[in-house]
Amino acid sequence: MKRVRLIEVAHARSGDKGNACNIGVIARKPEYYPVLVEQVTAERVKEHFTGICFGQVRRYELPNLNSLNFVLEECLDGGGTVSLRADPQGKTYSTALLRMEIDID
Amino acid sequence: MIRIANGQGFWGDSIDAPAEQVRKGPIDYLTLDYLAEVTMSILQKQMSRDPQAGYARDFVEMIDGLLPELVRRGVRVVANAGGLNPLGCREAVLASANRQGLDVRVAAVTGDDILGRLDGMDLHNLDTGAPLSEIRGRIRSANAYLGAFPIKEALGRGAQIVITGRCADAALALGPMIHEFRWGATDWDLLAAGIVGGHAIECGAQVTGGNCQMDWETIPDLAGIGYPILEMEADGSMVVTKHTGTGGRVSVASVTEQLLYEIGNPRAYLTPDCGADFTSVRLRQEGPDRVSIRGARGAPATDSYKVSISYSYGYKATGWVAYAWPDAYRKAQAGDRILRERLERLGLQFEAVHSEYLGAGACHGIAAAEPLQELAAQLPEVVLRFGVRAQERQPVERFAKEIAPLVLNGPPAVTGLGSGRPKVEEVIAYWPTLIPKSEVKAEVVL
Repeated sequence: MKRVRLIEVAHARSGDKGNACNIGVIARKPEYYPVLVEQVTAERVKEHFTGICFGQVRRYELPNLNSLNFVLEECLDGGGTVSLRADPQGKTYSTALLRMEIDID
Repeated sequence: MIRIANGQGFWGDSIDAPAEQVRKGPIDYLTLDYLAEVTMSILQKQMSRDPQAGYARDFVEMIDGLLPELVRRGVRVVANAGGLNPLGCREAVLASANRQGLDVRVAAVTGDDILGRLDGMDLHNLDTGAPLSEIRGRIRSANAYLGAFPIKEALGRGAQIVITGRCADAALALGPMIHEFRWGATDWDLLAAGIVGGHAIECGAQVTGGNCQMDWETIPDLAGIGYPILEMEADGSMVVTKHTGTGGRVSVASVTEQLLYEIGNPRAYLTPDCGADFTSVRLRQEGPDRVSIRGARGAPATDSYKVSISYSYGYKATGWVAYAWPDAYRKAQAGDRILRERLERLGLQFEAVHSEYLGAGACHGIAAAEPLQELAAQLPEVVLRFGVRAQERQPVERFAKEIAPLVLNGPPAVTGLGSGRPKVEEVIAYWPTLIPKSEVKAEVVL
């Protein structure tokens, strides 16, 4: 077992929809996909974004793309035009998630 | 097979990309996506000052220069540049064609604008369920996201340039496919394939190596990045590629990142023309800068259109100052405390007061807290970015005069006021809802 940051086994892209953000997380190799499914749960992502995401986190699986899609509700201070944040559209939340630590063999 | 190029991912994207898509290799269609929610609010502000405005003027300038080549090469253009005023945009393009002595058929798709018909409609916020009456007096615009069939009709009637207002982004590419391949309104799998392809290219170079995390430092020539081209087959299979000799990289990684961009439930990506199941597609690297997409499955369209209603929300202003080493982070935190105390002593009320420290965890918040603790003492500088938002203009105006004094009144070694006081901006917010399709009638003006 080795503890690594998610960025070593996955890449990601994020974007906005109203006050919600979605983060697509893609396994760098197919064999990492089951690890993502097991460890990168909606609950962990919600906890990871404490202080940023104030709503529900939903997770969707795309095994065909070795990917998970997370939708984070209420995480953009009102959304693109309203938000006071430097990143009002959550474009950098992709790598914020990739800071998360997971265990791999 | 038809080649559909995208030359604009949003209003503000490269002004050279459309011409390069036309000049650097063969294409049949050039699609240009100008509209985002942010864009609609800018167009709305422009139109409130000048009723002749409200469309993407950049598009008209671009077409003005490119028109002779579009005519010579027979490239057809589909763009949502009409914004809130597709007829005005069409007039401007026709005027350009006339000036150049070119005979070009230009169509506008109208009917998305339902602002004048809101009274009596029982509309509820898609996210919160709140009734429209909550914002009724503050509404600025209301537009339904139309589908691809009005675009198909315009092409079928011979338009070389099709200008739409609000429509689903991927519909810009789906319209030409329906027209060329004679797909039917219930060919759900084919329509879904078109949506997947349209989604792949709708954000321009974000699918050809731009904003791509996989091996980003090895992606060649981002300064000359090629914009995407979709080679679409009648059976719904397709290849995402770009012109030979251009920069960037089309890989399974870059296409996957883009397919996941701005989606919700991947099994039910809803559009006006069909549902698309993103869990059904298979990607394969077919060669350098060529990725195929196959197997898209679709589902019947719903009986409603999504509508985006914009309304006046209030005002905001954001300013910044930069503190240098030593103790840059602690100085920025002190600056924040001073500003907050000033606002309190002035008795100003805000809906939101927000501060963040650029260079010290602004983007990633608490997720970056741990490395920040180690780094904080050595940071060469930290930018304090401070903003407020209120329903009323007055407290925001007053706030805007509070940042500058920090340079003389606060912690030392501070800079960043070259751009003057922060500007007070009106905030236009969005209110999403659904309306029955029977309430909307799209029309093609040709």
